[in-house]
Amino acid sequence: MRSDNSKTGIAIDGLNVWFGEGENRVDAVVNACFTVPEGSSFGLVGESGSGKSTILRAITGLTPTWSGSITVMGKNLGRSRDRAFYRTVQMVFQDPYASLHPRQTVDHVLSEALYLHGFDNPDRRITQILGDVGLSRSFRFRWPHQLSGGQRQRVAIARALIIEPTTLLLDEPTSALDVSVQAEILNLLTRLRKERGLTYLMVSHDLSVVGHMCSDMAVMNRGKIVEMLTVDHLRALKATHPYTRQLLEASIQKRRETAQ
Amino acid sequence: MTPLLEVNHLTVKFLTRSGVSEAVRDISFSLGRERLGIVGESGSGKSVTGRSILRLIRRPGILEADSIKLEGQDLLKLSERAMRKVRGHQISMIMQDPKFSLNPVMRIGDQICEAYRLHAGAGKKEAREKTLAMLETVLIRDPERVFQAYPHEMSGGMGQRIMIAMMLIPDPKILIADEPTSALDVTVQKEVLEIMDALVRERGMGLIFISHDLNVVSAFCDRVLIMYAGRIVETCRADRLHDATHPYTIGLLNSMPRLDRPVEYLKVLQRDAAWDLAPGVSGIADEGDGA
Repeated sequence: MRSDNSKTGIAIDGLNVWFGEGENRVDAVVNACFTVPEGSSFGLVGESGSGKSTILRAITGLTPTWSGSITVMGKNLGRSRDRAFYRTVQMVFQDPYASLHPRQTVDHVLSEALYLHGFDNPDRRITQILGDVGLSRSFRFRWPHQLSGGQRQRVAIARALIIEPTTLLLDEPTSALDVSVQAEILNLLTRLRKERGLTYLMVSHDLSVVGHMCSDMAVMNRGKIVEMLTVDHLRALKATHPYTRQLLEASIQKRRETAQ
Repeated sequence: MTPLLEVNHLTVKFLTRSGVSEAVRDISFSLGRERLGIVGESGSGKSVTGRSILRLIRRPGILEADSIKLEGQDLLKLSERAMRKVRGHQISMIMQDPKFSLNPVMRIGDQICEAYRLHAGAGKKEAREKTLAMLETVLIRDPERVFQAYPHEMSGGMGQRIMIAMMLIPDPKILIADEPTSALDVTVQKEVLEIMDALVRERGMGLIFISHDLNVVSAFCDRVLIMYAGRIVETCRADRLHDATHPYTIGLLNSMPRLDRPVEYLKVLQRDAAWDLAPGVSGIADEGDGA
């Protein structure tokens, strides 16, 4: 698959990821192919164990055992990732309670990212990014245990964005949060993508969240992409694969029952 | 007719370094042979309410109430020893994550047998038969294999079915389910809810279903209490949840993304300080209300 480099944010072709060797080998992702245009938002949907998070981990280099081709912003990725890669791609993890160092203040977390990537003027940048993610200046010297789940996720997003990447990998960024807080974080992500022209690759088990955030999506089941569809197809309930229909039914049925 | 359970003016406080924090503030509600949902955000006091019924609030937490009556008997007046007979035997509880509720070094069959033998005083053989039958009622296809298995060999959905089997085997009158399906995938969630629903109906039990998921609660329960900051702010029939009137409930409902109503930005819940101060409402069912 050849694609125009200036337009493609992420291109995955024939990606396989496995864990273990010999008899214990588990194929977590089998022959995954998809492309995410630059500046757009793509969703990976599926149940736990379907391999959707594994794809994100393979892109960031957190799983060493993979084959196939991963291209990010026109660069084909090899075994290891260099610092320039992490300048362009950052990840936000699912659990904001586990992804922040408990003994580092917000200021420490943010300045470390800046230091690692050789940015100047940390003071101005930190003030700026905290404002961007909707936290007041008083949060700068707080510890993670002084923050709520939603505030922590804002800090995690600030940590990812402070080095001005072009691509964000979002691994279930709101599934640990209440619906009211989820709305705030999703709005924040929508606004930041618009302002900065970011590319999102988002993993979620919640079809309505993916439907809200993404224009295109891939549905995964047992390591394989079983269906690719656009959000319009999803909204019109035009999914063709039985597994997608099952997922879709499970997520809209609740409401339909209520309406009756 | 006396309800199965009646909670009057329950308050739960925790002493913290920065003063007293009230997790539950003066709530009253009743439970008949129905499915009662309690919804709210994290920190709204819903789980603490569930635990208070079983008197599982440990010090430095303080539980105060006029009464918590199980079929007319006040649980607050029971000794700790008598209370142990109530837990599991008459009221049992299913927690969110089966991984933390099952003993990891004990075979599943033995754990369920133990629960049954403790409450029914039955022999080993009878307990085994009963356990296998129970595993079958929660739609586990090969009960013999599961009986011999350890909890880590089970998936989340299987684990939660096992918990349901274990909690229902002493035939309690009330089941408290605290976010029983939040850790499960949507497709598995539905199966587990259906199993629980069928068993609760068959046995004419009362169910308290605690969840943060408004859609699940409105589809699955008969009556709903909506909690905010330790108080019940609204109570309504579950199927009318979408016609709720309290701004908090409406705000929660509106903040969910919907496939059929695409918007660029979601509505964000605007909290009003007045909700904190306003007195709560009573969750005691009127005659003819609920199921």
